[in-house]
Amino acid sequence: MIQDNKKKNTLIIGLIVIFAIILIRLFNIQIIDKEYKINAGNNALKYVTRYPARGLILDRNNEVLVGNKIIYDITVTPVEVLPFDTVAFCKIFDIDTSFVKEKFREYKKYRSRVGYQTLTFLKHISNEQYNQFIEKSADFVGFSGVPRTARSYPFNAGANLIGYVSEVDGDYIKKNPGYRGGDYAGKTGIEETCEEYLRGEKGHSIFLRDSRNRIVSHYENGEYDVSPVEGKNIVSTIDGRLQQYGEALMKNKVGSLVAIEPSTGEILTLVSSPGIDVSILAEISKHYNEIASDPYKPMYNRAVMSPQPPGSVFKIVNGLIGLQEGVLTPSTHYSCSQGYKAGNVKLGCHVHKSPVDFYESIMMSCNAYYCYVLRNILDNPKYENIGEAMDKWNEYVKSFGFGTKLGSDFPSEQSGFIPNSNYYNKIYGKKGWRSLTVISLSIGQGEIGSTPLHLANFAATMANRGYYYTPHIVKESENVEIDPKYKIKNYTMVDTTYFEEAVIGMYRAVNSPPGTGGTATIAAVEGLDICGKTGTAQNPHGDDHSVFICFAPKDNPKIAVAAYVENGGFGATWAAPIASLLVEQYLNGEISPERKYIEDRILSSSLMHKVKVKKRR
Amino acid sequence: MRDNFSLYKRLDWMLIILYLALVFIGWVNILASCGAGEDGTYNILDFGEKYGKQLIWICASLVLAVIIIFVINPKLYNVFAWWIYGIMMLVLVAVIFVGVDINGSRSWIRIGPLQIQPAEFAKIATIIALSSLMSKYGFTLKKKIHFVEAVALIILPTLLILMEKEAGSALVFFGLIFMLYREGMSGWILVIGGTVVLFFILTLLWGPIITSIVLLGTLVVAFLIHNHYTSPHSKLKRKHLLIKYYILALIMGIGMLFSVGFVFDNVLQPHQKARIEDLLGIKEDIMGVGYNVHQSKIAIGSGGLFGKGFLQGTQTKYDFVPEQSTDFIFCTVGEEWGFVGSLLVIILYASLIIRIINRAEKSENRFTRIYGYSIACIFAMHVFINIGMTIGLVPVIGIPLPFFSYGGSSLWCFTIMLFIFIRLDLEKEKWR
Repeated sequence: MIQDNKKKNTLIIGLIVIFAIILIRLFNIQIIDKEYKINAGNNALKYVTRYPARGLILDRNNEVLVGNKIIYDITVTPVEVLPFDTVAFCKIFDIDTSFVKEKFREYKKYRSRVGYQTLTFLKHISNEQYNQFIEKSADFVGFSGVPRTARSYPFNAGANLIGYVSEVDGDYIKKNPGYRGGDYAGKTGIEETCEEYLRGEKGHSIFLRDSRNRIVSHYENGEYDVSPVEGKNIVSTIDGRLQQYGEALMKNKVGSLVAIEPSTGEILTLVSSPGIDVSILAEISKHYNEIASDPYKPMYNRAVMSPQPPGSVFKIVNGLIGLQEGVLTPSTHYSCSQGYKAGNVKLGCHVHKSPVDFYESIMMSCNAYYCYVLRNILDNPKYENIGEAMDKWNEYVKSFGFGTKLGSDFPSEQSGFIPNSNYYNKIYGKKGWRSLTVISLSIGQGEIGSTPLHLANFAATMANRGYYYTPHIVKESENVEIDPKYKIKNYTMVDTTYFEEAVIGMYRAVNSPPGTGGTATIAAVEGLDICGKTGTAQNPHGDDHSVFICFAPKDNPKIAVAAYVENGGFGATWAAPIASLLVEQYLNGEISPERKYIEDRILSSSLMHKVKVKKRR
Repeated sequence: MRDNFSLYKRLDWMLIILYLALVFIGWVNILASCGAGEDGTYNILDFGEKYGKQLIWICASLVLAVIIIFVINPKLYNVFAWWIYGIMMLVLVAVIFVGVDINGSRSWIRIGPLQIQPAEFAKIATIIALSSLMSKYGFTLKKKIHFVEAVALIILPTLLILMEKEAGSALVFFGLIFMLYREGMSGWILVIGGTVVLFFILTLLWGPIITSIVLLGTLVVAFLIHNHYTSPHSKLKRKHLLIKYYILALIMGIGMLFSVGFVFDNVLQPHQKARIEDLLGIKEDIMGVGYNVHQSKIAIGSGGLFGKGFLQGTQTKYDFVPEQSTDFIFCTVGEEWGFVGSLLVIILYASLIIRIINRAEKSENRFTRIYGYSIACIFAMHVFINIGMTIGLVPVIGIPLPFFSYGGSSLWCFTIMLFIFIRLDLEKEKWR
């Protein structure tokens, strides 16, 4: 019996030890370890997100391109809603009672999923509606008004460039962890490029909920709240006023106008016309159908996304390659009898003096001259065959940025296209083509595709006499460090000395006395020494496209411009005056009285009727 | 029936009060874990809600208790022990084939509107049979054949319940080993059993190689101590048996350690494996298999010293903790009543179990004593495993907290177990 009693006591001691272990563990997790209380916080505390103000977008002169304004959303916590006067409610917000009924039917259907959550009921209500609601909010238990910041656009310019901000969707969240439903993010343009700077950091306030999900108090007097961090401001390279002027010039025309500061590669103006109005940007989702059904595709940024043949402005590229390759000197003369004939190939030209030298060939934009140049490049005996010469030519052209993505910080930039021997081998067979077959390349026609951004970059390259900085729209500021690649000079494969020769031609194209054959004299502005080159890109689908590139002043250039006006006809008719007006506005701040008539004509003209569009449904 | 009044007077009211307290506190916590109705109030007579139903089960239990105390002659248990055991085993076999699948185990049968888990009642049957067997004249566990009989009696229902995939209930039967210990089994079996479990866990944590080294070290130390205290003239020393035994133990031990991985991977079900891995921190997966325990620990941990107050729990209320009215009922205690409430509940259980052990030990009657120890072991197993799993001490094993958890089967079963003992305890004379 004594033995048994001992065993009993052993068992009781064992039991007490086991229960003591449980109690020690309980003591540990209930009193000592804070981890579980913090974790319980996630469940029982209500985190109310506080959204930061999005960073501003300023132009290069620190004027606000994109600012913020306060708008209101109405939210609802379905479990808290008490019966209310639906008619009065709908009257305030100007909505249909059926909308309210439908919403509540939904909440009821999904009540287990909705639970105690607060949901957005109405978005972007007006100030006036908000005030009316606040006055009567006691009648609408469970509803509340939540302020949010939305974008405002004090400058009516650059909608396509700025891009829009909208609520993130499921796909976006999947690709960008850190975003939650209800967050907003930049989707296009600068808003997209600079999202990481502009968005700021979300904060939150913590409230204590009781067991019925009512908010009881501000947790620990807000000690653990996190204040939102405002987004950083972005300084754009854009000149807001110039952008606005550029948009005015391009109004009622289809095409692009791009201006770059050659000494930095900063984009001053980037117009794609027709574009969207800034007033639409803030509420882009409401206008989605309207935008999608517009036959002119206003969201399509032609300036960086639309590769087209560059036309005669491309002659300069061929000329420079010829000079570098030694198949051409500035004094080389070729004659032109209204065109170029070889075998059964005939390429027409306009009437001008003959023969012409290199400078005159640019000034007068002689087609025949460049047929000779291109044939000499391609049939250069120093290459084994035309394929090799073609690829060398391709390499030269690409060194100007053509046919490649320039690498700007603008989203959805297109690379365009520059053909090589492979390309023609595929079309014509390996021995099936010769220099005459591809003769239209000489004048920038045929299989070349370049975007207006490429052309503006080329204008900047000419201005710099042989190099360019990769074009970009975000300027370095105290908040933002730009990619070092934007500070590197990109040299072409042509020696810089040859550029001066071509610049002379460009200068003469604009500034020759009347009657001497300069093709772009309409672009001449006294004292600005604009150098330019017209282009008329043949268009099998309608009127030719009007093209012009220029920079000014000739020495120490401040601006390089490319204008591309679809279906505008001769380069001198539309593109040259538009580009020159932009240059004049930028450099002089105003348009001289003697050129006012040009400005009036441009501002008041519409070319929309010439543009054939596919009706889209 | 004439001695009903004297029965009434001699009842162990201490046990009954402990029982009623636990049942009542359990019901209060079931109420709290359910959350209010749509209108924010609790209608305790709403029999559509769990707390309403539990009230019915409680009333039925009280009726059962009264019947057991006043109606059934306690001698019948011994008389019919083998019938009860036999029939229960047949039912367990039947359940394997006709059982209803609930949460992956086939341990329930449906009789009309009722769902009953025979495994619960098999415990009573086994305990009664065991008490009957072991209280036979001349029975002693020191005899191998008797020991084997007793163990076989326990193993049979354990295996059947395992076949119903109700591992938790099966595990509870192992608690009876402590009763066997009291009735004469060598304490070394407990020590060795505990050591095996410990090394199993260590192997999972550290892998077999390191654990083998630890085992070697342990055995060397044990050998040195053992050697020191063993008389040089004993048989062990004279024939060098001691060292041989230890070497044998080492070889077997290491063999076992290296088979742990195999056993773990092939014998256990995947979810059981995952739960053990979660407990030991081998794999953290708080959204998956570890979700229950994680949420449960949060609920209990957030209770603090005094808890959040009745019906003020947020964790259990918002359904963060699954199975909160059945297996995880202790969360509500921890959250709403805090450490103080938990302490109280544990003291109640400890008092109940110790009281049973004391009463059993005092009984002149072997049957009563064995029966008492058996239910004490079963209760202790349930309480330790259930509360242990809610605070992450043992892996998640779905067994109810006695008298607390929602559900008729378990409440009735525990009530019957306890009240049979209370009634047996009244029998003063020896039966044989």
